[in-house]
Amino acid sequence: MKISKLVKQIPPSGIRVFFELVLGMKDVISLGVGEPDFVTPWNIREKAIFSLEEGYTSYTSNKGIIELRREISRYLNGKYGLDYDPEEEILVTVGVSEGYDLAIRAITDSGDKVLVQDPTYVSYAPVITICGGKAVHMKTEPGDGFKITPRDISRVCDKKTRAIVLNYPNNPTGNSYSRKELKGIAVVVAKKGLIMVSDEIYCGLTYDFKHTPFSSLPGMKERTIYLNGFSKAYAMTGWRIGYACGPKDIIAAMTKIHQYTMMCVPITSQMAAVEALKNGDRSVEEMKREYRRRREFVIARLNEIGLSCHKPEGAFYAFPSIKKTGLSSLEFSSRLLKQEKVAVVPGTAFGPSGEGYIRISYATGFDKLKEAMEKIERFLKAL
Amino acid sequence: MNEIIEILEKNARATPEEIAKMLGMTTSAVRNSIKKLERDGVILKYKAIINKEIIRDEESGVRALIEVRVTPQKNLGFEYIAERIYRFPEVTSCYLMSGTYDLLVVVEGKSIHTVSNFVAEKLSPMENVRGTVTHFILKKYKEDGDILKQPERSKRPAISL
Repeated sequence: MKISKLVKQIPPSGIRVFFELVLGMKDVISLGVGEPDFVTPWNIREKAIFSLEEGYTSYTSNKGIIELRREISRYLNGKYGLDYDPEEEILVTVGVSEGYDLAIRAITDSGDKVLVQDPTYVSYAPVITICGGKAVHMKTEPGDGFKITPRDISRVCDKKTRAIVLNYPNNPTGNSYSRKELKGIAVVVAKKGLIMVSDEIYCGLTYDFKHTPFSSLPGMKERTIYLNGFSKAYAMTGWRIGYACGPKDIIAAMTKIHQYTMMCVPITSQMAAVEALKNGDRSVEEMKREYRRRREFVIARLNEIGLSCHKPEGAFYAFPSIKKTGLSSLEFSSRLLKQEKVAVVPGTAFGPSGEGYIRISYATGFDKLKEAMEKIERFLKAL
Repeated sequence: MNEIIEILEKNARATPEEIAKMLGMTTSAVRNSIKKLERDGVILKYKAIINKEIIRDEESGVRALIEVRVTPQKNLGFEYIAERIYRFPEVTSCYLMSGTYDLLVVVEGKSIHTVSNFVAEKLSPMENVRGTVTHFILKKYKEDGDILKQPERSKRPAISL
């Protein structure tokens, strides 16, 4: 059957085979998972169950139930001093994935360029391609902590450049940006007249400094689409719920697409999300403290066994260099899997700049992490 | 709360080396802190949490919660009578309570008979004990934060981006 040209343009994933290998193997210690190892806190699950018992099983307003949008607005205001109107500037989405898709569709015309970092989370560029846009990759350097600098943006910007996608704390590198670094980026974004699509899904997991939402910077609210959700901080990945905040004309445009393609986010997830915002902070803080300790442990161990790794500022990923082994990322990951049954993700899954790196997720219980580090150490010694 | 305590409370087998890495401290600093906590009696001891619902051995067959009403003594308050009670090895926990009774005493014995004997022969006859109400525990689901069954297997796929 005929497949659309746009879809054909998307390259197949180069590591699908490796993924199948991992999924087909038993008793693997997995450091390859992009979601929390905690289950959703019980008060949130209990609230969702109760809402079903009460009979909340209908569609909701396209934008999401107003109570949830109010809670989101209140939460963002209390936590970051952001000021979003729940009536017109907030849209509840099926995770950040949908929020991102809507954002790109709402702002991209055929031939428009959108800047994306490399290495990067896998879905940014393909969505731009599907919308007829062109993803322009900005190669980031380990020396800069794999961060985009204002110079990187200036260098690739031209008349066709519409927007830039930023993800911080970052998947896969774990890096984040300080307020000062973001201000530097904001200057270029304003000068070039870009829209900022800011995916801040990991913001609740920032360890060394306070997270700064891009839209909180002076003059940036009117040119930022702020994406966030419940998956990572509240361990709610399977609920598929997030939100987009932005200028009302952009949110209206995104809502137009959302109402035809998705209608609304499942009501049960929305009910759970209200509870998460009302009563979830304690669990989030507990999980965050646990993640921070694991981060310290993993980074110390990686450097000790000879895989040099900077200390990531957020999320739950470490991105160590494996260059000194002489193996490619995929070879390293495949051999580690076969010899020691430890799963990691090859850096190249996130773009060519990820060659020579692997992504290690420390969203795994401490005992498993400890065992995995011993196995990686043994693997390195046997090389 | 001291983070070392928080870590050990969850996992008493975490070694000073591991704790040092988790907290960005030196191993000797962690060792010294733990020694001090032990010396000050903050850390009393290290032990495993046993799920007796599974082994059900004869030594720990039955548990009861006993509400005890007592007459506090001049100058000594409840301390004296509490100590008289908690020194019995059958008593596994003992709390001073607000409300309609004074002490909550948890007693463990081989059988209902053993526990009743303890109440009838040791506890009730004490001169300051005014009355007792005994509740036998039928089943334990969760104790001190631990759910008494095998942890569930993770339902996440082993790899995702």
